[in-house]
Amino acid sequence: MVKTKTIEKKQLDILQHKLVPFHVILSEKERNEFLENYKITPDQLPKILHTDPVAIYIDAQPGQIVKIIRKSHTAKEAVAYRLVVESNE
Amino acid sequence: MAKKQTKKQVKNKTKIKKIILKDTTAKKTVKKEKKTKKQTKISPKKSPQKKTSPKEKIEKIRKKKKAEVKTTKKPKQKEKKLVVKRETPPPKHPKPIEESPEHKKIRSEINKILDGRFLPLAILDDIISKVSEEQKLQSKLKVIISKSLAEYDKNAVDPSEACGIVGAQSIGEPGTQMTMRTFHYAGVAEINVTLGLPRLIEIVDARSIPSTPMMNIYLRDEFRLNSDLAKEVANQIEITRLNSIADIETDLTNLVIYVKPNMKTLKNKNISIKEVGEIIKKIRGIDAKIDKDSIKISLDDPSYKKLLDVNETLKDLKVKGIDGIKRIIIRNEPKEGYVIYSEGSNLEKVLQVEGVDPYRTTTNDIQAVGRTLGIEAARNMIIQEAHNTLSEQGLNVDLRHIMLVSDVMTADGTIRAIGRHGVSKEKESVLSRAAFEITVSHLLQAARRGETDKLGGVAENIIVGQPVNLGTGAVELVMKRSKKKE
Repeated sequence: MVKTKTIEKKQLDILQHKLVPFHVILSEKERNEFLENYKITPDQLPKILHTDPVAIYIDAQPGQIVKIIRKSHTAKEAVAYRLVVESNE
Repeated sequence: MAKKQTKKQVKNKTKIKKIILKDTTAKKTVKKEKKTKKQTKISPKKSPQKKTSPKEKIEKIRKKKKAEVKTTKKPKQKEKKLVVKRETPPPKHPKPIEESPEHKKIRSEINKILDGRFLPLAILDDIISKVSEEQKLQSKLKVIISKSLAEYDKNAVDPSEACGIVGAQSIGEPGTQMTMRTFHYAGVAEINVTLGLPRLIEIVDARSIPSTPMMNIYLRDEFRLNSDLAKEVANQIEITRLNSIADIETDLTNLVIYVKPNMKTLKNKNISIKEVGEIIKKIRGIDAKIDKDSIKISLDDPSYKKLLDVNETLKDLKVKGIDGIKRIIIRNEPKEGYVIYSEGSNLEKVLQVEGVDPYRTTTNDIQAVGRTLGIEAARNMIIQEAHNTLSEQGLNVDLRHIMLVSDVMTADGTIRAIGRHGVSKEKESVLSRAAFEITVSHLLQAARRGETDKLGGVAENIIVGQPVNLGTGAVELVMKRSKKKE
């Protein structure tokens, strides 16, 4: 049941939906650079659950940081980051 | 770095798609076989999996994915399977598509001048289009950039600015105008949609189901231009109950029920009487026989009470359609073609329907968007819905305030409500609670539990008599002693 569901979601490339911005997982190097650059710890970032449909789609694991390139009305393109966390439900 | 990666990914994907396009025709039959096989494979695993918690489920899925890749040895084929059903995907992440060489040149020049400093893309694009128009400006590029950098810096929100309060006031003040004028409904065609203040409260409250759920269902190319095809899709989506397509007659003397479908509506809805029969047969404890144009239902162990029970279930029996979609309106929009508007919403199911454009279809049920498309989509939806309800009333609230609200609501990965107690589920400090209601009991309870207060908020700091951690109160002067130590 669960498996079929995820496969269907894989077919339906949700990243293509007009509401969903572009998500990329930061590599280890990028992650360190990013944290160094902004002088923050990962837990200060907004979160994304690892059960989130997009997180499942791009196969993000808890602890990784996801880079999100949003389409913004004010800046055309805005970059945001979210920390993947395990959901406690 | 990241941008390069994304580009690579995009390239890879397009490659895969190309391969698939070639293969699809030849492999269609094979795919079907594979599909059926898969389903049969999965079915035995269903029962044990059902009881596992969502965490374990996801772990399992992930493990399976990995295992699949290992076992098949042909990851490419695997990928094909996954992508197979994608139809004419719109372009990937909106990279600035094909710039003129002149623009490119200016952009690279600007990037050199910027040297790591940040200006938003919108401003850069503006500068580029202006500069490319006028030759004179090109030599002054350095000045332009430094000026716009200074201006951008000047207009940015200061550190420790109480932007939340500013946002709350900026939305709240025009909100008072709304109360007086709206508490009634209006909407697309005949569908009622909650508007005005009630809707705004609904959005901010993060209700699990909006009071008037609604969907805008867009169709794919062939379907949106052909009214018959559009109707067919609509039939697939709109819920059809047995009651509305057939007469149900109970014969009390023989304890039998006759279902007599109306042939015209059946034809209209594209359902055959056989299908109806099959669906009725699934009800437990009865037997259905199809005569020419009626269905005779007899009970396994006849009793008067059972007969009435079956009669009730028959009335509400779903023959076709998707749960939750009550009513459908098809409209012919200029430029777009046929668009389906639905009363009631079920995003997960509707996206799977053939003919529906799964990349543009939306619902006003924000929680459903969060469930199916992720937290970022929900964030976008909150912004869009709040902005639409406000601007529909002729109120101009700066989008940044609304963006802040939706950022806060989605900050922890789930959609949380903002009410008069602040953001829900957030641990509130003892002192601020005590300052609000029943002071003594709050303090007593806190003392008994040995709670600590971090003195983060406004009320707490005022109680203990120290500067609030906001604005000028948030900074301290630090003397720089020597350059070496920093």
